[in-house]
Amino acid sequence: MTPSGEDDSNERWALALAAIDVLVAAGNGIGGILLRARPGPVRDAWADALNLVVPTRRLPASADAEAMDGGLDLTATLASGKPVHRAGILADAQGKALVVPMAERLNPALAARLATAIDDGAPPLVLFDEGDPEDAERDRIPQGLADRLAIHIDLNSVRLPMAELIAGEAPPPPLEMLAEPGAIAKDPETALAVAAAALGIASVRAPIMAVRVARAHARADERPDDIEQLREADMAAAAALVLGPRATRLPPPPEEESPPPEEQLDDQPPPEEPPPPPPPSDDNQGDDQEQPEPPPFDPTDMILDAAQTALPPGLLDALAAGTMGKAPKASGSSGAKQKSITSGRPAGVRPGMPGRGARLALIETIKTAAPWQKIRPAREDGRLAIRTDDLRIRRFVAQTQSTTIFAVDASGSAAFARLAEAKGAVELLLAEAYVKRAEVALVAFRGTEAALALPPTRSLPRAKKELAGLAGGGGTPIAAGLDLARKVAEGEKSRGRTALVVVLTDGRANVGGSATQSPQDAALASARAFRVSGIACVFIDCSPRPRPQGAELANAMGARLVTLPRVDAKSVVAAVKAASGGAV
Amino acid sequence: MATPARTPFPFTAIVGQAEMKQALLLAAVEPRLGGVMVFGDRGTGKSTAVRALAGLLPPMKVVPGCRYKCAPDDRSPCIEGCRERAGKQTEESAVPFVDLPLGATEDRVVGSLDLERALATGEKRFEPGLLAKANRGFLYIDEINLLEDHLVDLLLDVAVSGTNVVEREGLSIRHPARFILVGSGNPEEGELRPQLLDRFGLSVDVRTPTDIGDRIEIVKRCDRFDRDPAGFVAEFEDSEQHTLEAIAKARKLLPKVQVEDEMLGLGAQLCSAVGADGLRGELTLLRAARAQAALAGKKHVKPHHLAEVATMALRHRLRRNVLDDTGSTARITRAIAELIPA
Repeated sequence: MTPSGEDDSNERWALALAAIDVLVAAGNGIGGILLRARPGPVRDAWADALNLVVPTRRLPASADAEAMDGGLDLTATLASGKPVHRAGILADAQGKALVVPMAERLNPALAARLATAIDDGAPPLVLFDEGDPEDAERDRIPQGLADRLAIHIDLNSVRLPMAELIAGEAPPPPLEMLAEPGAIAKDPETALAVAAAALGIASVRAPIMAVRVARAHARADERPDDIEQLREADMAAAAALVLGPRATRLPPPPEEESPPPEEQLDDQPPPEEPPPPPPPSDDNQGDDQEQPEPPPFDPTDMILDAAQTALPPGLLDALAAGTMGKAPKASGSSGAKQKSITSGRPAGVRPGMPGRGARLALIETIKTAAPWQKIRPAREDGRLAIRTDDLRIRRFVAQTQSTTIFAVDASGSAAFARLAEAKGAVELLLAEAYVKRAEVALVAFRGTEAALALPPTRSLPRAKKELAGLAGGGGTPIAAGLDLARKVAEGEKSRGRTALVVVLTDGRANVGGSATQSPQDAALASARAFRVSGIACVFIDCSPRPRPQGAELANAMGARLVTLPRVDAKSVVAAVKAASGGAV
Repeated sequence: MATPARTPFPFTAIVGQAEMKQALLLAAVEPRLGGVMVFGDRGTGKSTAVRALAGLLPPMKVVPGCRYKCAPDDRSPCIEGCRERAGKQTEESAVPFVDLPLGATEDRVVGSLDLERALATGEKRFEPGLLAKANRGFLYIDEINLLEDHLVDLLLDVAVSGTNVVEREGLSIRHPARFILVGSGNPEEGELRPQLLDRFGLSVDVRTPTDIGDRIEIVKRCDRFDRDPAGFVAEFEDSEQHTLEAIAKARKLLPKVQVEDEMLGLGAQLCSAVGADGLRGELTLLRAARAQAALAGKKHVKPHHLAEVATMALRHRLRRNVLDDTGSTARITRAIAELIPA
């Protein structure tokens, strides 16, 4: 933590508490709050504060999309012999806030139901994203849902005074907002829309939500008659609660005044001392009513400043590392959503006949048959009368789903051609992949390290987009490339998919290893790790005049060796298919 | 905090997104087009537009008490026995808009036995599902690319045949389910199978508006709508009425719109020039052009009508050439420019 950490912590905490008031004042229309925080005392303190202000209903972990709407209560119905209805969770949560713990683990179906509920004016949602922010592979909240929640807060960096936590004292009551409402903002809608664009927020929903949050803030501040005129504090709240967390870039530095831009770029996230909410509050303290209002000011710059107190964690790092532009999308749920659809979780139950790979879902079948027992002719043997219509089968994700991981040597002079053909092969495979739902990933290694240029995907547009800017040249760190490819493959295996690694290189490593280990030996060691892991692989030696190193590596990996002195996309695909026995 | 039925956002108050609005209007005029697929980013007003159109359409006449909302002048048989008791009585009902959630079970979609009735009285009665609810209206599926495959197959099958057939628990039910299927999805989050895509009549790409002026206008309109729905809707009353009349006129005119042989030839040429496989593309192109002519109040399809709808009718049917980066839209635009001089 930087010295500014504590200030920032207080700032974020105050903001998080203000969000509760805004939520209460907004009614439905802002969707709710997405709170990013690991489970812990800070999160609990916030939840307590929420509970003080608005009754909450917790979404049980067992809830599924059906439970949201309620229906017949089977247990009670069977016990009493007449239909007993059970209210859905949504109906039950009317007038309360619906709290969703572990929201990052929400299954897509339930997330979709919640998103629809928001569109229909559901009770406000409070989602707890408990994912580890450091973990790049963590599950993420489906974007369609996250986008509909106006307020995003991150409490991961907040520290509360330990003494109070130990004493178990109640958290400071909310409504410690910016003390002064400040001056009237000129044309607030335009200012928020412009600010959203400057922060690189694509969704138009964000500025719309920001306006709603600003108005709710004004209402929470008990200036209801003032609602036509949004003030500085309202704009600042909207900026920090809605716009900042969605930012994908820093606004272009303003020409005049405001903090020097370089400082912000180099700074740790979030920028130190957030720019104090501009001065007028001092001038018109207390005499707001009597004095004529100062002329409305253009709040755009102020909004941008306020938004920067709540930038998403990692944004500044990403900007500094020059990896931006990709980051916001890549951090999207595309992977996550597919992941939760295709991961090892059971894929649901549906009516159907067992057999041909389908397994009987016994409990579901009995549950389906149970209510009918009274009206079906009783069986002589007294057993349950189960008909074909009752049969339910459990479905699992098809076992044949596969991920092909390309590990491409992007080093040296041949890099350009090799990369182009590898990209071509990725696209060809993806074009055929819909049918079999296969996914493709690409690891590129060059210079001193390897990078996952394309995370596993079956989306052709995404592959094209992410592979467009792939660069080549530099040294050949084969060991790094193999290690990363193996890691990705193992990740895929743990998702229950079959992985196939395709290595494209000339097999001559010149980067990697250590003082006692040559780069080639390091590469061989990494190759052997492959053999141990049991991942299927194809080694495509694409040097113009193949030398023994390639064969050695392939041998160490236990890979099928293919020599392609002139690489082209189609022959790569053919080699991959041959190796996988048509499973790709 | 019970939510009253929300006033839908006025259709004509939606800023930009001309292509999507046009596609929805065409689908409203010619339901046989087979639905609209909307590709695009989040927060681009996809669901707003569909809801708005459903809200714009005038209430339809239905047989009182019919759970499938049969039209009084419908001659096809209805399991509710509407034909027998239809008589002169009719009542009005809003055009249905059904939002199909991703997690919906097959039972909920197609309908199932009415458990409650069965338990209470032992009577076997069919409980209509979402397909029945959507009859004569819109069925909207957000993120259709994430929907279970078997459900998508089922939906498309019903959408094309206009009938839902249920064989279950000793019941055999067949009820009308004619709806305009509107799907939306973000191609970056998983593609739709091509054979499925092809079943949609029209396909449009919506982009987040980049023009700052448009974005400001959107934010302002939403804010005004939030604060005073009634006042805002009143503001757009005239243009809504105008659109409504255009749809009604076009629906009336549609059967009379002529497609001359010359236009049939041009349609075929256009399809083969862009490499759109199959007859379905050609048929959709001509139907869409006809609806377009009807919307414009014309009795004959002209080349420019074809040109206006070609992109949305064909874009999703082109043979894929993965190594050719030219987008489908560009390929169609090029073909139009060659075949149909402006």
